[in-house]
Amino acid sequence: MLIDYVGVKEINGSLIVIDGVKGVSNEEIVDIRLEDGTVKQGRVVQIEGERIVVQVFEGTRNISLVNAKTRLTGHPMEQALSPEIIGRVLDGAGRPIDGLGEIFPEKRANINGTPINPVSRIYPTNYINTGISTIDTLMTLIRGQKLPIFSGSGMKHNDLAVQIVRQARISGATEDNFCVVFAAMGVQKDVAEYFRKSFEESGVLSHVVMLLNLSNDPIIERTLTPRCALTIAEYLAFDLDMHVLVIMTDMTSYAEALREFSSSKGEIPGRKGYPGYLYSDLASLYERAGMIKGHDGSVTQIPILTMPNDDITHPIPDLTGYITEGQITLDRALQGQGYYPPVSVLPSLSRLMKDGIGEGFTRADHQPLANQLFASYAKVIDARSLASVIGEEELSPIDKKYMEFGKQFEERFVNQGFNENRDITESLDLGWELLSTLPRSELDRVDDELLDKYYRG
Amino acid sequence: MEKNVIYGINGPVITVKGPTEFKMMEMVHVGKENLVGEIIGINDEYTTVQVYEETTGLKPGDPITGTGNPMNVLLGPGIIDNIFDGIERPLKAIEEESGAFISRGSQVNSLDDQKIWNVTMKVKVGDKLKGGEIYATLPETAIIEHRLMVPPAISGEITEVKPDGGYKLFDTVAKIKDELGVEHDLTLCQKWPIRYSRPIEERLPTTVPLITGQRVMDTMFPIAKGGAAAIPGGFGTGKTMNQHQLAKWCDADIIVYVGCGERGNEMSQVLDEFSELIDPKSNRPMTDRTVLIANTSNMPVAAREASIYTGITLAEYYRDMGYDVAIMADSTSRWAEALREISGRLEEMPAEEGFPAYLPSRLAEFYERAGRVKTLSHDNGSVTIIGAVSPQGSDFSEPVTQNTKRFTRVFWALDKALAYARHYPAINWMDSYSEYFNDLDPWFNEHLGPKFVEYRNRISALLQEESSLMEIVKLIGSDVLPDDQKLVIETAKAIRVGFLQQNAFHAEDTYVPLEKQMKMMGVILHLYDRAREVIAKEIPISTILKLGLFDKLGKMKYDIPNNKLEMFDDYDKEIDKKIDEIL
Repeated sequence: MLIDYVGVKEINGSLIVIDGVKGVSNEEIVDIRLEDGTVKQGRVVQIEGERIVVQVFEGTRNISLVNAKTRLTGHPMEQALSPEIIGRVLDGAGRPIDGLGEIFPEKRANINGTPINPVSRIYPTNYINTGISTIDTLMTLIRGQKLPIFSGSGMKHNDLAVQIVRQARISGATEDNFCVVFAAMGVQKDVAEYFRKSFEESGVLSHVVMLLNLSNDPIIERTLTPRCALTIAEYLAFDLDMHVLVIMTDMTSYAEALREFSSSKGEIPGRKGYPGYLYSDLASLYERAGMIKGHDGSVTQIPILTMPNDDITHPIPDLTGYITEGQITLDRALQGQGYYPPVSVLPSLSRLMKDGIGEGFTRADHQPLANQLFASYAKVIDARSLASVIGEEELSPIDKKYMEFGKQFEERFVNQGFNENRDITESLDLGWELLSTLPRSELDRVDDELLDKYYRG
Repeated sequence: MEKNVIYGINGPVITVKGPTEFKMMEMVHVGKENLVGEIIGINDEYTTVQVYEETTGLKPGDPITGTGNPMNVLLGPGIIDNIFDGIERPLKAIEEESGAFISRGSQVNSLDDQKIWNVTMKVKVGDKLKGGEIYATLPETAIIEHRLMVPPAISGEITEVKPDGGYKLFDTVAKIKDELGVEHDLTLCQKWPIRYSRPIEERLPTTVPLITGQRVMDTMFPIAKGGAAAIPGGFGTGKTMNQHQLAKWCDADIIVYVGCGERGNEMSQVLDEFSELIDPKSNRPMTDRTVLIANTSNMPVAAREASIYTGITLAEYYRDMGYDVAIMADSTSRWAEALREISGRLEEMPAEEGFPAYLPSRLAEFYERAGRVKTLSHDNGSVTIIGAVSPQGSDFSEPVTQNTKRFTRVFWALDKALAYARHYPAINWMDSYSEYFNDLDPWFNEHLGPKFVEYRNRISALLQEESSLMEIVKLIGSDVLPDDQKLVIETAKAIRVGFLQQNAFHAEDTYVPLEKQMKMMGVILHLYDRAREVIAKEIPISTILKLGLFDKLGKMKYDIPNNKLEMFDDYDKEIDKKIDEIL
């Protein structure tokens, strides 16, 4: 039943209204053919009898009330999937742009996915060694986790992501069953190029699927990019049993695209103009990480978001933090001092860490050591704020020790080279070495047995 | 009846054109796949339906059929040790039907109707029973006896009783004839609409504490059985961790854990952990007393709204059997957001921050379903509600936190600064409160002696004093304080590290009985009193600190096992001995 509906009733932002449409289903994809031959795609977002509202992915530029012919495709938005997709470069809507031709689909899947049954999930407990001291020791990344990087414009989140991809050692993963899905949303061309080059240099490029929606690409298409990426990731993980690391950058651009779409639809805004369903929408992406019983593969997500004005209470980082299993927060002051990676330790956290470390995974002293480092470093911050009032000279001897510990901790533990890959034992030992500069009685999170073994003060 | 068809679709909200015969809040089936929905608005032009599943692919013209009943749940044996979605569909059965990903329109029974239960009849022909009275019992798990009650609306005379034995869920085991002469079948199950609270005989005062084994909760901010508490906190402050600890250790008979719009991995963690964890009181896995309701954040938003009501209805059902039930709702903010989302789709006028104007009344309705009651079966039961709140931007002035504060009497405020320093549970002792002191202090006096309340008051006074001293310390450092004030700071540190901080992953420390909590307070205060004697003699505080007693108290939670409380006497003796030496 191929009927062309001629003309549109109303154009508003990225939305067009078409009247007299029969047999349309919710969320169906439509093709819009303009007089000059260009074809745009759109999605039905609202139906009222025979009047439908369509969201046009490529934007409504050039559409007039009379020049468009719309045709229903009969299916919701789908992603073409096949094992050959690995190594390809796709646009934001999942169509190849690397000039290597169409993907011959083995399977098509609805990009919205379906929720994983909580009963079918495997609780993730296998840690990923990233070779970065702060992450491995204090906020351990676990296979099947979603651990975002909270960053700000101008900070080194991209370098950190690249280093994680390059150094990550997933237990159970080999050359053949490890791959990366990289989704760029609203990032600049050179950032995307930086990632491509870095993947190439570290030899993983042949295991990478790239989806690029650059900053000058259609904004509405951006709302599809992470969905296409995750559909591909789920296919690779649960159909082909691979370990997939998904990097999505920048979630802030994604949320802004969502806001633009929402406001053009005339929806009631929530905080800072973002739609009230921002939480549910972000959750429908982040929750697609995990592992499933009966499958060997896994989906691990590292979304990157830039906090507007470095404000962690902004709706995007705030809602993200409520959904993801922890966060790696970057700090401008640390970066200013020349430390890389500028991981701000205290507000960072990995919720799944406690079950993936310790005896049998890393080392028995890992958790107590991490607790003690957190607690001691929190005291450093107290001592510093006191020093800023009364001057460092006036501090009590113990506070002075903390100041010194803090300096060493940032210089030697947080700070590490972009190409430096530290073994977990090395990181843990370094932690003990630093703690040993403090008096033994200050270490109240570790029991005597461990102190006897590791304390060298 | 005229056939009703879909007219408009907007996300999970569907409209039907023209006047219909649907009732407000009636449950309906939508489309060819029979998606579950509920009528939420009726006028002469449109009827509005909220659909509990994804609406992708629905078409105008697809049928909508009514069920004639409000949204209800099936109540009967098989609820415990089960995991449901927000509208009581068993997730394990859905997994068998559709695999690891949840498909739509699942038509599985809420409870297993093939399993045979071993029923013992408690009535005989001729007995007169009122609604809510018990006619039979059966062992649901090794520790929970399921008591079958006459549906509250029915009362009359028993006309037929089957012999004791094995029956399935829908088998009739007795018949009852009401005053009008109508005979009703009594099976092993009944239905109840989730948005209505189940009737009771009367409310009882909340005079018994819910003992959680968590020191800061039991001692500083106790909650009563039948009370309502809120745990607000930004992300990463440990809301979920606290809820898990409560679900594991609190002394309720039955736990209903509602994961409302939260993480899927968390639910699988609960499933794994609870089935491995052995309840020390019954020596059975925790799952033998637990019901899970999992509506993760990526499952349909409308079912998230319903999940809270489903949970509380199941809790009330077990309360009516005479059990103490605790329900953990994690998180009520997600539920409020679901209300906001649906309200937005209905184009209602928003109040604060886009939340609908009826948010406070919905919250009140929910928290009012907590309570300690005399049931219709003349037994005592209670429902305790512990709701997590996830304030946007960690700002406690936002509408959900503020309104929740109005309807709960315990407020366990989680603090980011404490969480950053890995002080868990990160319950801020200055911002939190409990309004149950007056109700519960007689119980503490009776069971633990008058010392308990006295200790608690002294401990909180010391913490209060420390907090004002810290204001000074922050400005000029602690060196300038006189020794008696330094002692307050040292003691408060011992309280914070040794008492308030509790390690959920430590075998001894994860649950601490009340007696030990009291003795811990006692020994800290004993040291404080003795140290004051030293300071009064103008001996410098550094002499006391050198003794290492404060450090020792900081570790007593690990050093003294829960079953060796006599060790506290040794601690007291050691303190006396060392202090006497100085004096």
